[in-house]
Amino acid sequence: MAAHLKKRVYEEFSRVVQIPQEEAPAKKLRLSKPSKSAALHIDLCKATNSTDALQYLLHFARKPVEVESVEGVVRILLEHYYKETDNSVRLKIASLLGLLSKTQGFSPDCIVDDAINTLNNEKSHQVLAQLLDTLLVIGTQLPESPTVRQRLIEMACKHLSDTYFGVRNKCLKLLGCLGMADTPLTKDNDGPGASLGGVRDIQSIISDFFGDQDPRVRTAAIKAMLQLHERRIKIHEIIYDQACRLLSDDYEQVRSAAVQMVWVLSQLYPESIVPIPSSNEEIRLVDDAFGKISHMVSDGSWMVRVQAAKTLGSMLQVSHHFLEQTLDKKLMSDLRRKRTAHERAKELFTSGEFSSGRKWADDAPKEKLDTNTVNLIASGACGAFVHGLEDEMFEVRIAAVEALSQLARSSASFAEKCLDFLVDMFNDEIEEVRLQSIHVLREISTHITLREDQLDTVLAVLEDSSRDIREALHELICYTNVSTKECIQLALLELLKNLNKYPTDRNSVWKCLKFLGSRHPTLVLPLVPELLSTHPYFDTPEPDMDDPAYIAVLVLVFNAAKSCPTMPALFSDHTFRHYAYLRDSLSHLVPPLRLPGNGLDLVDSRCGSGSVESAQLFLQQSLNRVSTIQNLEAPGAQDLLNFTIRDLQRLGELQTELAGAADFCATYLRCQLLLMKALQEKLWNMAVPLCLKQNVTATAAAQQILEETYKLEFLYSGLESRQVATIHHVRLQAKALQLILTARTRQGLDPLISSCEKFLQDIESFQRLFVAELPHLQDSFVDKLLELMPRLSSCKPVEMVKILLATLRLSGLLQLRLPEQIHRATATIIEPTGESDNPLRFTTGLVVALDIDATLEHVQDPQNTVKVQVLYPDGQSHVIHPKPSDFRKPGPDRHRLITQVYLSHTAWTEPSQIEVRLLLAYSSSSTSLSSSSASKLGWSDSIDSLPPPEAAVEGTIPFSKPVKVYIMPKPARR
Amino acid sequence: MPEIKVTPLGAGQDVGRSCILVSIGGKNIMLDCGMHMGYNDDRRFPDFSYITQNGRLTEFLDCVIISHFHLDHCGALPFMSEMVGYDGPIYMTHPTKAICPILLEDFRKITVDKKGETNFFTSQMIKDCMKKVVPLNLHQTVQVDDELEIKAYYAGHVLGAAMVQIKVGSESVVYTGDYNMTPDRHLGAAWIDKCRPDILISESTYATTIRDSKRCRERDFLKKVHESIERGGKVLIPVFALGRAQELCILLETFWERMNLKAPIYFSTGLTEKANHYYKLFITWTNQKIRKTFVQRNMFEFKHIKAFDRSYADNPGPMVVFATPGMLHAGQSLQIFKKWAGNEKNMVIMPGYCVQGTIGHKILNGQRKLEMEGRSTLDVKLQVEYMSFSAHADAKGIMQLIRMAEPRNMLLVHGEAVKMEFLKGKIEQEFSIDCHMPANGETATVTTNPSVPVDISLNLLKREMALGGPLPDPKKPRTMHGTLIMKENSLKLVSSEQALKELGLNEHQLRFTCRVQLQDPHSDPDTLNRIYTHLKSVLKGYTIQHLPDGTVMVESIVIKVSSSAEDTSTKVLLLSWSYQDEDLGSFLSTLLKKGLPSGLC
Repeated sequence: MAAHLKKRVYEEFSRVVQIPQEEAPAKKLRLSKPSKSAALHIDLCKATNSTDALQYLLHFARKPVEVESVEGVVRILLEHYYKETDNSVRLKIASLLGLLSKTQGFSPDCIVDDAINTLNNEKSHQVLAQLLDTLLVIGTQLPESPTVRQRLIEMACKHLSDTYFGVRNKCLKLLGCLGMADTPLTKDNDGPGASLGGVRDIQSIISDFFGDQDPRVRTAAIKAMLQLHERRIKIHEIIYDQACRLLSDDYEQVRSAAVQMVWVLSQLYPESIVPIPSSNEEIRLVDDAFGKISHMVSDGSWMVRVQAAKTLGSMLQVSHHFLEQTLDKKLMSDLRRKRTAHERAKELFTSGEFSSGRKWADDAPKEKLDTNTVNLIASGACGAFVHGLEDEMFEVRIAAVEALSQLARSSASFAEKCLDFLVDMFNDEIEEVRLQSIHVLREISTHITLREDQLDTVLAVLEDSSRDIREALHELICYTNVSTKECIQLALLELLKNLNKYPTDRNSVWKCLKFLGSRHPTLVLPLVPELLSTHPYFDTPEPDMDDPAYIAVLVLVFNAAKSCPTMPALFSDHTFRHYAYLRDSLSHLVPPLRLPGNGLDLVDSRCGSGSVESAQLFLQQSLNRVSTIQNLEAPGAQDLLNFTIRDLQRLGELQTELAGAADFCATYLRCQLLLMKALQEKLWNMAVPLCLKQNVTATAAAQQILEETYKLEFLYSGLESRQVATIHHVRLQAKALQLILTARTRQGLDPLISSCEKFLQDIESFQRLFVAELPHLQDSFVDKLLELMPRLSSCKPVEMVKILLATLRLSGLLQLRLPEQIHRATATIIEPTGESDNPLRFTTGLVVALDIDATLEHVQDPQNTVKVQVLYPDGQSHVIHPKPSDFRKPGPDRHRLITQVYLSHTAWTEPSQIEVRLLLAYSSSSTSLSSSSASKLGWSDSIDSLPPPEAAVEGTIPFSKPVKVYIMPKPARR
Repeated sequence: MPEIKVTPLGAGQDVGRSCILVSIGGKNIMLDCGMHMGYNDDRRFPDFSYITQNGRLTEFLDCVIISHFHLDHCGALPFMSEMVGYDGPIYMTHPTKAICPILLEDFRKITVDKKGETNFFTSQMIKDCMKKVVPLNLHQTVQVDDELEIKAYYAGHVLGAAMVQIKVGSESVVYTGDYNMTPDRHLGAAWIDKCRPDILISESTYATTIRDSKRCRERDFLKKVHESIERGGKVLIPVFALGRAQELCILLETFWERMNLKAPIYFSTGLTEKANHYYKLFITWTNQKIRKTFVQRNMFEFKHIKAFDRSYADNPGPMVVFATPGMLHAGQSLQIFKKWAGNEKNMVIMPGYCVQGTIGHKILNGQRKLEMEGRSTLDVKLQVEYMSFSAHADAKGIMQLIRMAEPRNMLLVHGEAVKMEFLKGKIEQEFSIDCHMPANGETATVTTNPSVPVDISLNLLKREMALGGPLPDPKKPRTMHGTLIMKENSLKLVSSEQALKELGLNEHQLRFTCRVQLQDPHSDPDTLNRIYTHLKSVLKGYTIQHLPDGTVMVESIVIKVSSSAEDTSTKVLLLSWSYQDEDLGSFLSTLLKKGLPSGLC
């Protein structure tokens, strides 16, 4: 299915692209237009036998038909239809009619009559079914026409009594898609329900077919009913009983559809009261439905089981004691009639009807029970989840886990109860299930506190060899509440063991301990002396600061100390020193602490309350200050810009919340500064040959500005179209500068003319893209250019360059407005660390796999944009596109790239370093405004077709620090 | 009425020596042919003299079906086929056929070579017996003869275990053998379709048990083993060579791998290696996980589990040993148990059911002093744990299977009588079907109501359809006229004309005539006219004709009027109708007897 979808998207896409690129196909289409219907006519007349005709039709169906000629084609088809004796050809024509009436802009009401007419004369069942399908298409194309609808429904009712199941199916489908709740129908007299006659409701007509002899028709009837529901027609409550009966149908498709039907009804009438058969008790409908669907979790077909388990999760209105039944395997223990529940339930519970199988011989039979007890809920429903979680098929287990999570999120007490079961699932044999249950436990962990034995089971999973499992578990531990200090100790111990076994988990383990500490400060407190191995009398040796395990312990302690002021008193001297070190080196893990002594002031100055607002204010003020620069050549303007840029950069470092915005502004101002420098007076007053050197700097500046604008546009998320316009404006300025410089250096006229033309095109496209933003760009470079546009397009290149230069130098600084949130896309390569001194040795001509682990933040659509670049010492560079499955999404705006990069090179004499970095690819043709279309484009883009090297370099922004890896390709031994 | 008779020769209200005779539709089938673990005398085999006192069984049995390879289900097979004598087909699934002879040979070795019994079956007999085996595939319908067909369903329990549906005509019996409704680490869950058999013969080992979730059990088991190992103790797990042993091996193997444990795990018997080989081969009979991952790594290729040697039992340090047999009644498991019983650090984990009389049963019931052969006693100091790992359906599972198959009658075997009684009550209460639990040698009889298939001629069917609307309405029965011909064991429903033609008979018409006296002063034709108008007003929707020859025709009924000789006002109506129109005719006669309403002109 996905592949099919993908292919279709690809097809659509390719069509979109090709038409604007080359005009030819459009013309071709126009040429074929008049001939389309005529050609068909000729073809069909030529056809001597039905096989030929069928071939022509099949061939015809491959090409689209234009709106204007649809009607003609339909006429021809119909004409041929009446003449045709072969069923398969008629069938094909009928299906083509349906296809054609889907054509955009064609109103199919003109062919309704014909279609109905053909329907009345048709004898073949298959063709009838296809015709009904066509009618359905027509009906859905004409939603506003009640008369057509009414006619179609009548047709459907008439053919409901057909002997062929396909016809009945289609009729029911048509009724489901088009039937209205308020239109009563007169049932035709030749149906089986003739005796009933009279005016009938559409729902009762459909529900008649719940008892059809053919399972496919039964399924279609339920589906039609569900279709009615989807169209917001309220299903009658009486259907409930019938739907419940279908739950025990012989055919799985019917049961599966019936589960859906029962669910829909339980959502519509949750509070209705239904009687329990064989007793005089009554219960709420939603409870009854819940019981019945629970029952289906032990169905014979796993498709039905999946369906049932999924459905259970969305039945949130169900009463408590029913919900808890699903986790109980013991039959009928406290499920007696309400009146007698109290006295009897207790006694029953203690008498223990069934043994648990955990102890030998605890199943010695006791006295027989009173047999006239009534089950409130069919006993099969008990322990539905116990069954679901033990199911043979992991699909069912996953569905059950998901359902558990949905129910647990809405009910705290249920969450408490299902905890044990979820923890048990951590030992499932399929990794996917384990992972899912860990995620689910994390989601509901706000409701629960883990007991020691549960924690024990949870932590045992830390030894799992799968990285995903371990990381999911770390996430879980971040959110868990534990009850005792032993639990903390246990968790720490296991995490350290984990760290020891899998050193790559370092960051994840530290983060986990950070949350564990800050959540349970009081539980950590009594453990501190032991953890830091301090002694009341003796000094203990200072632990190694680089030991990840020691850092882990410190992270736990410091985070606990944050909300526990008494804790620092227990620290020894070196702990304080280590604190200072860690606070600097791992500031994201170690919180600021109120420590006695000199640390205090620093801490306060670093994070006063309201600092974000003040920083915001500062940012705004700086921008305002810059905006006072009217003229680029005003004295002191450059200095002001320089200072502001510096301020902003520092601000970004201090205030992580505003880092994106500050960076963005700084980069923008740097562009302006460069532009300003390039346009300095003296440079342009000199004769051309004399200022070659300056020319070079100006060219470099223009190039740099261009690059920076691409960064501005694609590296930051949260931009609005106004900012994009501003960025494009700067880019246009840079291009103008480039053009001027070309004019000055190059002698030939031809290249100049072409670049002038290109520039004019750029202006036009700018105008087209940012029509809405033009009012904000008053007095700017573009504004002036647009005024001069008629003159520009007619004048000679030399003159144009002059005009450009003048406008460029006169135009003022465009003020930058900040949007709400700007985030800079960042990437950090966690692995390789670049610290290793051991070269990675491999034989030349073969490849070596390098594991790369990186976190990406604020990257939209990383699957398509993020690439890995490998730079060899000889200047060779490779760009590798990671597989989409290598990206994981641990949180919002956060991605994790875990991939392998294959390296290879010819032989070296000694080891050397290569650089690995991440690139953000962009396509310069698409602006970030049209990013939605760009992402679609990327989807169909196949991985193996890398963009050509020049384009790739041009279209990528390095956005991570490069990491050096030591490698050594050895010559192959012969 | 036809009957199905079920007679257990073994496993009736008992566990062990499963052997059930079923006679259905004139066919006799033997289901399973097992031995009893608790006995060493003649009682260990079923009493085949019930079938015939002397001579071979071939002429009394149509086929033998073996559900799985456990000895209590197939142990007596060579004895029956070779020593008592049976030459008919024996059906079993492919894995069962592969593994069964290994177990039989092992059993023979222990009894003959170790215990020195004589008059026991030989290796050659096992081979000869296996030659008579016809292998079955899952869901494959096998025709034993023209009428008897059998079909196997997946049963879980052990590799190759099957439930069998036996069908003669429209009567059918399903025998479950041993089955498991919860999947485990290497096998899937039993499954059957809604086949609605007349009798469902189900095992009921755990009739009164509803087990905890299997994950709980697994966790408990692993925890107990782990703790004992950490204490430095030795763990003995008595198992039957095949079945649970593999399950527990996979469990421990994965656990060892995950926890990186170093203590050795031993498996005590040589035959396991041979059998494990088959486990590796019959991947299609295992569960989803193993089926999906065997390409990367076959789960039955154990890394941590090694073969056991007798001398290892005295090695110091912790270890886990799987030893056979499972009930500690003989063999290696008993030897090791004797060695380790004195140390309280050690542990024995009984993973399954123990038959009364075995040491397993005794120690589970808390006996701490055991009398051994030769008057010696053994103090049991080691910990005794019970974990229900045997792959039998629990009460809930049995109920679930009943719900899946929807049988008309239940029959419980392979369980203890008191527990069966309890489950029987539950079944009768919940499903309101009859439930039988015959003891050994006792016959349970169930009368069936088989539907008789009748061929109907297409012409007749089409004619009927043309008459009364196209679709059969399931809510309303409809009558149709036709002739039932019974000829050469087949039934046919045809139209009467065709029947006449086929049988070469002439058609005879049967007409009823009746006189009705009517008081009417008018003349004959007028009366007739009056009758005509009257009938016309009463019988709407019928064709009524006034024929020129002085008669009125209602459909095919003729009405004539004549005045009686003496009294002209008393008219005599002559009604004549054919046999087919009996309903209408009698209606008309009663109607006309009431007289004509006066309001008619």
